[in-house]
Amino acid sequence: MDNHEKEPIFSARNLKLLTEPFGNNNPITVQVLGICSALAVTVKLKPAIVMALSVTIVTAVSNLVIAAIRQYIPDRIRIIVQLVVIATMVILVDQFLKAFVFDVSKQLSVFVGLIITNCILMGRLEAFAMANKPWPSFLDGIGNGAGYGMILVIVSFFRELLGSGTIYGFPVFEKLGIYHTGYENNGMVILPPMALIFVGLIIWFQRSRNKSLIEK
Amino acid sequence: MENLLNIFIKSIFVDNMIFAFFLGMCSFLAVSKSVKTALGLGVAVIFVLLITVPVNFLMEKYLLRKGALIWLGEGFSDVDLSFLTFMVFIATIAAMTQLVEMVVEKFSPALYNSLGIFLPLIAVNCAILGASLFMQEREYENVLEATVFGVGSGIGWMLAIVSIAAIREKLRYSNVPDPLKGLGITFILTGLMAIAFMGFMGIKL
Repeated sequence: MDNHEKEPIFSARNLKLLTEPFGNNNPITVQVLGICSALAVTVKLKPAIVMALSVTIVTAVSNLVIAAIRQYIPDRIRIIVQLVVIATMVILVDQFLKAFVFDVSKQLSVFVGLIITNCILMGRLEAFAMANKPWPSFLDGIGNGAGYGMILVIVSFFRELLGSGTIYGFPVFEKLGIYHTGYENNGMVILPPMALIFVGLIIWFQRSRNKSLIEK
Repeated sequence: MENLLNIFIKSIFVDNMIFAFFLGMCSFLAVSKSVKTALGLGVAVIFVLLITVPVNFLMEKYLLRKGALIWLGEGFSDVDLSFLTFMVFIATIAAMTQLVEMVVEKFSPALYNSLGIFLPLIAVNCAILGASLFMQEREYENVLEATVFGVGSGIGWMLAIVSIAAIREKLRYSNVPDPLKGLGITFILTGLMAIAFMGFMGIKL
């Protein structure tokens, strides 16, 4: 079990776990995990950031827990065990949000609960935590949660800017006086379908930068 | 009756799981490469929703809601277990999915093989848990309404995945820019379909 002494805590391998999800192994654009919530909470920056933090915490901690007990989980019932761990974490996060940022919790509505079924969690538990030690699993969870959050923040930044003319609630376009030139907010961007198209464009951008990700 | 029909149509077209709420996108993107497997997964989702939504409705009504435990006796009238909602719902769903998996494996091995890993993953398909959570949020009055809502959502989901799969089959013959191939174009297509589905908004029977 105790291999930490032999391997430094932030060895090259562990650092890679942390940084890869930002680029060539991004959970959303490359692994295609956790799309559902990514699209629904990205109308404004604030809920997107809260969501990103919640997912990062839940992923990291449940990865840690599952990796710690992985040798005691019978193979046949592992999905139920994983779900119980995840659900416990999500209940904690949900109660926390309700207590401290109630308005955001209302905006996120069912999507906090849906973190349970966020494929990033199950995907990382199955693919990584079940076969690795707790510390690398924890880093893997943080990395993937943050990589997911990055896409959320990018999409919601553009949607809020183009759709409502604000950034994190601050009326940028109004202060710059752009409305005087006849510019109007694009209401279309606030509608759900545009989130899909934005993610499509991000994928396009990423793959044209990095040809190795192109399919077939 | 009219009310039920309204819920049914609404859950298929207006509140479509994929086009309006993006629920179940993961399997939606991964399994929509051919119409046949898409159809298989669609049927499995309908079946699981048909069972889980009413069961979860009963759980909500007789176990979780504040005062739901009153059938146990007067002393339980102010017990509020609603913080356990996620746990109970997901346990029901996981158990039901296991059941469906066993049934499919026994009666249709071909379908079982072609669905592969996605059958157990229905348990973590957001559309399934999402339907239960929406059922709770929208406060349907009786089991019948909840069932109709569940089946409607399932049909809507199947409609979406089958139509995207059909488009993707045709797409193989078109000249898509290389970096956009596969995932990228599927996202944009789904977005365009979602815009089309917005035309159904506000329909009431």
